[in-house]
Amino acid sequence: MAEVLVLVEHTDGTPKKVSFELLTFAKRLGTPSAVVLGGPGAGAAAEKLKEYGAEKVYVGESADLVDYLVAPKAEVLAELVGKTSPAAVLVASTSESKEVAARVAVKTGSGLITDAVDVSAEGIATQNIYGGAIVVQSKVSKGTPIITVRPNSVAAEAAAGAGTVENLTVSVSDAAKGARVVEKVAEKKSGRPELTEASIVVSGGRGLGGAEHFAVVEALADELHAAVGASRAATDAGWYPHTFQVGQTGKTVSPQLYIACGISGAIQHRAGMQTSKTIVAINKDPEAPIFELADFGVVGDLFQVVPQLTEEVKKRHG
Amino acid sequence: MNIVVCVKQVPDTWAEKKLNPADKTQDRDSVDNVMNEIDEYAVEEALRIKEKLGTGEVTVLTMGPDKAVETIRKALSMGADKAVHISDPALHGTCVVQTSAVLAAALKGLEWDLVIAGSEATDSRVSVMAPLLSEQLGVPQLSLARKVTVDGGNVTVERVTEDGYDVVSAATPAIVSVVEKTNEPRYPSFKGIMAAKKKPLETKTVADLGIDAGTVGLAGATSEVVDFANRPPRSKGEIVKDEGDGGVKIATYLAGQKLI
Ligand SMILES: Cc1cc2nc3c(=O)[nH]c(=O)nc-3n(C[C@H](O)[C@H](O)[C@H](O)COP(=O)(O)OP(=O)(O)OC[C@H]3O[C@@H](n4cnc5c(N)ncnc54)[C@H](O)[C@@H]3O)c2cc1C
Ligand SMILES: Nc1ncnc2c1ncn2[C@@H]1O[C@H](COP(=O)(O)O)[C@@H](O)[C@H]1O
Repeated sequence: MAEVLVLVEHTDGTPKKVSFELLTFAKRLGTPSAVVLGGPGAGAAAEKLKEYGAEKVYVGESADLVDYLVAPKAEVLAELVGKTSPAAVLVASTSESKEVAARVAVKTGSGLITDAVDVSAEGIATQNIYGGAIVVQSKVSKGTPIITVRPNSVAAEAAAGAGTVENLTVSVSDAAKGARVVEKVAEKKSGRPELTEASIVVSGGRGLGGAEHFAVVEALADELHAAVGASRAATDAGWYPHTFQVGQTGKTVSPQLYIACGISGAIQHRAGMQTSKTIVAINKDPEAPIFELADFGVVGDLFQVVPQLTEEVKKRHG
Repeated sequence: MNIVVCVKQVPDTWAEKKLNPADKTQDRDSVDNVMNEIDEYAVEEALRIKEKLGTGEVTVLTMGPDKAVETIRKALSMGADKAVHISDPALHGTCVVQTSAVLAAALKGLEWDLVIAGSEATDSRVSVMAPLLSEQLGVPQLSLARKVTVDGGNVTVERVTEDGYDVVSAATPAIVSVVEKTNEPRYPSFKGIMAAKKKPLETKTVADLGIDAGTVGLAGATSEVVDFANRPPRSKGEIVKDEGDGGVKIATYLAGQKLI
């Protein structure tokens, strides 16, 4: 069986959940090989990857891979595609990895499919387009299928793989060193689940009225072991960091449960949460468009309803 | 500094978008079409850079059907200087990778220091045009910028990332894409709208760009839609008025759904 390359999503050598999901899809298509690219130490990811079926783990460690934007990673991955002629390359639909995928597609003369939510054994990708109104099946018709897959699209299945590590010699061309990363600034970690990976998301919007009131949303989120999200109105006002923005230009989430507090449900917000399995909305305006999507909605003051919900969940969880 | 802005005409944000059952491409006839929202930010950013430096020209570049000229007019009425419209029946159904090849071919025929695109189009939502163009043209990629600073021959951006932002810097020529946090786009003035009618607009075909028509359009696409289905709209949920027990009611609903 042909290899299937999986570009691993990781933080300093700790793989993210989506990497295991990609390996799960890769098994349907062929023999999963993980590709870990990053600065020195990134290869530590190998241990965990073999627990999810990685037969091989290609490791490319070099400061150049993190000091210059995207192009070096694409160079290494494209070279590996040339060497291994994989059945497909699977990449997470994160902003950076999508860009790596795009460059690899050009370099290898391949087709690109973005934001798949399912990939069949035949390499047919399923995408939800137009805010989930249409479900599309597509396939790559030239070169190697390069497919980016949304987090949370499949339950990661543990499976023992050989996990044979193969170290790559990383030599980045000058051409790929055009965009230099001068500084990396990370928002402080909240300790909550990651927004795109969480099975429950509680989001707050302009209705919260101020940064200090996000505590109401956070309290509910913590009781539900949920991630916190925000509308653009809330991030632009500086009430919550932009990395938590849900929507067209924020993150796309598709959790089991999405709770919208004081969010009107503008089309750009919907674009990021419309495919959530269950949607609950709390809004004082009965005409708010979010209620068109909601499976359950309460017309009321979120400052009454949300704390009561938090208390009630606490009681039920005992 | 000469800047080319890539703008795309897309179905109106609120329009109900559809695919043509026959060839599975986007239905552009049943909807109102507008300039992709984020591309207004790209135009605005180009105009601000030009105004700040006091020199240079802003050229609008679009690939799209004849009616995409409306989007070009909008960019010109905002203040761009001239436009190139790539329009050819052979382009119908072109995939994103081949779109980048066409735009790159057009860019090779223009003089520029900076290309500015939007981060994402509301219809395709592929959101990788900047890296595609960067790869096609072999110039640096400065994508997903929420802030753009030009300093001589250097461009520095604040790039939004999954967990914060990166400061990224490159020498020109470079390809930038902007997110909607960069600026607040201006409305075209009456004077701008009148002036736009007289600005140079060049229309090019695939042959004009030296591209083989067989490599674009549905025939040349690197990926294809095999099938699609319209998903039934979400069934209407239960909406209740808070009578002092709204929170309890939600909890009861969630418990019923086995979500808590
Ligand atoms: C190019 C572009 C990209 C965009 N991208 C995004 C994106 O990624 N994500 C995004 O979210 N938006 C995005 N937007 C913005 C979007 O159009 C809306 O402006 C935004 O989503 C509104 O946020 P909101 O619902 O919090 O605020 P509003 O629309 O102001 O709604 C606030 C709601 O809170 C309710 N409310 C007020 N007080 C209370 C209370 N005490 N109790 C209960 N309810 C209350 C009100 O009834 C109202 O419905 C984008 C816009 C553009 C142009
Ligand atoms: N046909 C096109 N003509 C000109 N620019 C385009 C075209 N398609 C995409 N773009 C640019 O690429 C950006 C991202 O679009 P997309 O990759 O389709 O999400 C847009 O905001 C435009 O700036």
